[in-house]
Amino acid sequence: MPLGRWALRGLALAAALALCVVLPSTLDQYKLYVMSLTLVYAILAIGLNLTLGYAGQISLCHAAFMAFGSYAVAILGQHGVPFEIGLVIGVTLAFGWGLVLGFPALKVKHHYLAMVTLGFNIIVFLVLRNWESLTGGSFGISNVARPAWGSLSFKSDRAYYFYILAWAAVVVASAYWILTSRWGRAFRAIRENEMRAEVVGVSLMNYKLMAFAVGAAYAGMGGALFAPLLGYIDPGAYTLDRSIQFLMMVVLGGLGRFEGPFIGALVVTVLPEVLRGSEGLYLIIYALAVILMMLFMPKGLVGLWDLAWRSSRSVISPSTSSASPR
Amino acid sequence: MTDFVQLCVAGVSIGAIYAMAAIGFVLLWQTSNTINFAQGEFVVLPAFAMVLFFVIFRFPFAVAMVATVLVSTLLLGFGVKELLVTRLLKMGVLPLVIATIGLSLLIRYSLQQFWTPLALPFPAIFSRDPIRLGTIVVSLEELGNILFAAATIGALQVFITHTKLGWAMQAVAQNRTLASVLGINVGRLVTITFMLNAALTAIAAILIAPVYLVKYDIGVSLGLKAFYAAIIGGFNQIRGALLGGLLVGVVETLSAAYISSHFRDAFALVILIAVLLLKPEGIWGVKEEWA
Amino acid sequence: MALLEIRNLTKHFFRLSALSRVSLSVEPGELLGLIGPNGSGKTTLFNCVTGVLRPSDGQVFFRGEDITGRNADAVYQRGIARTFQLIQLFPEMTVLENMLVSAQEKKGRLFARLLRREEVEETTRALALLEFLGIAGLKDGLASNLSYGQQKLLDFGMALMSEPQVILLDEPMAGVNPAMIKNLIGHILELNARGYTFVVIEHNMEVVMSLCRRIVVLSQGERIAEGTPAEIADNPLVLDAYFGR
Repeated sequence: MPLGRWALRGLALAAALALCVVLPSTLDQYKLYVMSLTLVYAILAIGLNLTLGYAGQISLCHAAFMAFGSYAVAILGQHGVPFEIGLVIGVTLAFGWGLVLGFPALKVKHHYLAMVTLGFNIIVFLVLRNWESLTGGSFGISNVARPAWGSLSFKSDRAYYFYILAWAAVVVASAYWILTSRWGRAFRAIRENEMRAEVVGVSLMNYKLMAFAVGAAYAGMGGALFAPLLGYIDPGAYTLDRSIQFLMMVVLGGLGRFEGPFIGALVVTVLPEVLRGSEGLYLIIYALAVILMMLFMPKGLVGLWDLAWRSSRSVISPSTSSASPR
Repeated sequence: MTDFVQLCVAGVSIGAIYAMAAIGFVLLWQTSNTINFAQGEFVVLPAFAMVLFFVIFRFPFAVAMVATVLVSTLLLGFGVKELLVTRLLKMGVLPLVIATIGLSLLIRYSLQQFWTPLALPFPAIFSRDPIRLGTIVVSLEELGNILFAAATIGALQVFITHTKLGWAMQAVAQNRTLASVLGINVGRLVTITFMLNAALTAIAAILIAPVYLVKYDIGVSLGLKAFYAAIIGGFNQIRGALLGGLLVGVVETLSAAYISSHFRDAFALVILIAVLLLKPEGIWGVKEEWA
Repeated sequence: MALLEIRNLTKHFFRLSALSRVSLSVEPGELLGLIGPNGSGKTTLFNCVTGVLRPSDGQVFFRGEDITGRNADAVYQRGIARTFQLIQLFPEMTVLENMLVSAQEKKGRLFARLLRREEVEETTRALALLEFLGIAGLKDGLASNLSYGQQKLLDFGMALMSEPQVILLDEPMAGVNPAMIKNLIGHILELNARGYTFVVIEHNMEVVMSLCRRIVVLSQGERIAEGTPAEIADNPLVLDAYFGR
């Protein structure tokens, strides 16, 4: 990866962070909620992008990993356990189950893996719905507590927004680190040519397991932050539909591209809101937009970014062979 | 005991309908690597069409049925394939998957918005009168569904194993590159498969309309059941999808009768875990040698 | 002791026998040629040795250790590298990245690779190799944008990155223009002089005869002859295999 590319990304991230810090003061409560939700979804999308976009492993159970985070925080919170501990436990649970799902990934490929992960999502959903003593069954858990450090409480929407932002920054920084490390190269090698990757010493087992586990851990993190945002969780939030929603985010944004999950989370969260004024037609317009985007921009919205980059590059130095930024 | 058998018959009856949706799903996967997330809506749309032709326009039943199958084959078979699939197939599996998700949303919410969010009743095709077979009582409807579905699936099986076109489909399903080298027009074959799928889902819709009510959102659970059936039955064989569909129907019916609502899903869960752990390619599925 | 020893290696595909009890050994510092008509099992042999395929029967020993059936990454770690007859690169990664991936998994452990140690050293080495092969100028270009000959050179470079003890070259000259062939022969000889051991599959007889001091001949999955280039050229079994009766 040309060093300039990732340095540019670092700068862009810093700018985005600054924007995220400054913007909320201008937003009303509902818009603040949408922004908080977008941040949470971005965390989840980054995880799925790692598993699917970078390592090429199909995962249709991202919502299930999210559920581990949400329910850990909610259930433990009911017993007075501090939020951060619930979060760590949720993330660890998600990581562990991500490892478990990673094993079938070693044995089967592509469509089989899609089916296995889909099945896992269904199983987790059914367990959540039926294990009433633990999860509250269909009724879910309400009054999920927001974090508090002694007298400092993050209960207000604005305070909780900044709390989410802080964790999001941690997640993004760690993803940046991982993807620019040798792990990133190994993941991409597996995605590009699995057989050759193994022949040059890339342990498929190790990296595929990690792709699943780390992606799942991020999902767990997102889930943990999600629960107090809504204040209430039920199994209906962790169905296959939700996993598909994350899939859409990652593909619409741009698979295997660092910017992809941010763009995807933004579009999938904000677009329905923007269209909400159109009186019930908004889902139809949204669906049409999705179909059209896939027809004309299958690589995702980062395609637009690429176009801009390429045309600006050709202005600066027409002879450079443009290595596509990854 | 008679209760159990009666329930099984009811289960097979609804299962046969699920099986048709599952078989279509599997056919699409086999010939074109399409995971059709809109399969449930492919049943809902013809169901609404049936309401249009039979209830609103008052066509005779047979005419309405033919019209529904034709409309479905044209729109959801030919139309979807030519407008969406042809272009997207070249770009890999995922863009097509997302597009079918978009399509399912489009159909679902268009029906809700432009037709009605309410459930539409649909008159029973076969009478619900009971028939006595020995000690067992079943309804004509249940028998009718089973026979109709069996006839359809049987015809499909004959088509696939005894016609040139059917063999071509099998060839494409097993090895697309080789098939095209041998002179098979793969693109056209995929179109035919899509049309077949649309016909199957249309027939499923006709049979299921009296059982479920016709509502814009029944596609969600129908689609899910088709996937589930394909997963546990085996999604690279038609008989796998058939088995899966029947299993789903029977398990669903038995669970509703015998298991209290709390644990109703447990049985389905157990089957799913067992299949995924022991035979992830499905009960009657076949392990593929190379990905 | 032979560096690489293959005993009675057999590989079936359903009812097709691709390799049938093939034995051969490779001495350290050798330049061994492996020839035979198409379909004689040469690439299959490489695949079985490097862990891409699991042999149906037989054994592979490397430096005395039994590595039969081990995964490709384990074989690579022990010091056997290879190139491919049909180009197998990482198309959407840059030339430099292709090289770095080939080096990075040799040392260290999984989690240690999250830290950035040795990356500078590996980059320097990669650049030096690219320089040696004459494609250093392309280091930031995508692998898929390279010409066929350049891709072959990259393939070769990747095999060298891990400083292997044995390099298996699968038809390195196929589809390459004559000037480049001379170039490649030069590289191979120079590396051999530095101590690298080579096993080369080739169809280009001129190249094989000039490069290799010992040649093994396969036909229809079986080993039919072995010897110096002169001996092979006169061997009736070999002529029979290539030209029929």
